[in-house]
Amino acid sequence: MKYVLLICGDESAAEHADDGCGGWSETMLERGVLKGGAGLRPPDDATTLRVRGGEVLLSDGPFAETKEQIGGFCLIECADLDEAIEIAAAHPAAAYGTIEIRPLVSP
Amino acid sequence: MRPGATPPRTPTAGTVPPPVEAAVAEAFREEWGQLVATLIRWTGDWDLAEECAQDAFALALRAWRRDGVPRRPGAWLTTAARNRAVDRLRREAAGAAKLREVAGAMREDGVPYAPEPGDEPDVPDDRLRLIFTCCHPALAPEARVALTLRTLAGLTTAEIARAFLVGEQAMAKRLARAKHKIRHAAIPYRVPPAHLLPERLPAVLAVLYLLFNEGYSATSGAGPMRPGLAAEAIRLGRVLVRLMPDEPEAAGLLALMLLHDSRRAARQDETGDLVVLEEQDRTRWDAARIAEGVALLDGALLRGRPGPYQVQAAIAACHATAARPEDTDWAQIAILYARLKGLVPSPVVELNRAVAVGMSAGPAAGLALLDALREWGALAGYHLLPAARADLLRRLGRTAEAGDAYREAMGLAATAAERRHLARRLAALE
Repeated sequence: MKYVLLICGDESAAEHADDGCGGWSETMLERGVLKGGAGLRPPDDATTLRVRGGEVLLSDGPFAETKEQIGGFCLIECADLDEAIEIAAAHPAAAYGTIEIRPLVSP
Repeated sequence: MRPGATPPRTPTAGTVPPPVEAAVAEAFREEWGQLVATLIRWTGDWDLAEECAQDAFALALRAWRRDGVPRRPGAWLTTAARNRAVDRLRREAAGAAKLREVAGAMREDGVPYAPEPGDEPDVPDDRLRLIFTCCHPALAPEARVALTLRTLAGLTTAEIARAFLVGEQAMAKRLARAKHKIRHAAIPYRVPPAHLLPERLPAVLAVLYLLFNEGYSATSGAGPMRPGLAAEAIRLGRVLVRLMPDEPEAAGLLALMLLHDSRRAARQDETGDLVVLEEQDRTRWDAARIAEGVALLDGALLRGRPGPYQVQAAIAACHATAARPEDTDWAQIAILYARLKGLVPSPVVELNRAVAVGMSAGPAAGLALLDALREWGALAGYHLLPAARADLLRRLGRTAEAGDAYREAMGLAATAAERRHLARRLAALE
């Protein structure tokens, strides 16, 4: 099963932006469950796009003006939701932000 | 019976069902949960499992009429459901591996599946897998209970909807959503490994107790009790205690269920009406169940980790070990309810504490607590609050107010038996 971990947090989570993952990535890579991912620049740097009637519409900022914003994502591959929960719970961001576990659409 | 229809669980009042219908209904009570649980393990498909189980019962109704009731209905149903699953998967061109697995119907350890009569279920058995999966914390609490009642206990969507006071369509949606999530998010079908058990157990205990209560004081149907559900909850409770011998709350729950269930025979009169605790013939209480419940509770309490189920079992033990109603240690019960209130604050616990205080410290003290509860409003619409007030008002000689309270309770009671009981109380007043 493949899941994306969406690492979310409010503005206070920004102070952790340069924390790194405290060895989590290395451990999970070695275990063979981490398949990719990255931290994201803050929502201030986001551009949101829609195409309507052939016209490209752009706006400054993220698509949803909510308190909680996505600060990063990881693609993992593991046996089931229980293992995904265990992997996500070990991520340092789980202690200050929230992590949404989303299964990928199976091919 | 058309596919998708649920066989009758209880005979319709006033008619004696022909033996085959009765046998199918009996097999449904006994075998549904195991059948669905096993089919899910074989196919990994919850909807398919339920549908094939239903088809097997529909088939049984026709075949058993023709050929007679088989010696081992459970084995017959398992074979019929497995064949149905193989047909369905073949038509849907499922992968060869899955087809082989279902057709061969092998256990994970490679032993061919062959249910024997009186077979004690292995630990963990399929029903335990099913209940832990239904109670997975990634599912919403109300979905957990609904899913357990549907897949394990075989209640219809309509019955579960009534129990939760929601519409049938809303309940159908809730069940469908939970099953989709189990499939799409890959919630594993298993009993969790040891290190996860402590955090997974409370949800399972809550669901088992709800299942027991559904059987012990059914929210639907003509009679107040559905002993099959209560027995199923006790059976699963035993499996759970065997699996988790070091978990005092599992033992506490089993003790609680046994102690309640010990009163089953005395709880209904010949006409099926409810008999309240103080009026029950205590010689009809099941002494073996009481002894087993008390021993379980004592063993659990020794571990020094009390919890809500152990405290409730201790309260039930106070009642179960009193030879006569006047021997009941109400002061101890009032203390235990106060303790329970500290563990799980709830207006129903406070209602019970008020009743115990009314018995140990006098009706005026109990009434003061009940009136505070009534002002709080959390139990508006719950018939046992005016019923308890009525009893205390009666004992205080405030007959007119007691009559009003009994009438209020009758208007709120959900089952006919409870209404008749309250009507008798009211008649005795006048």
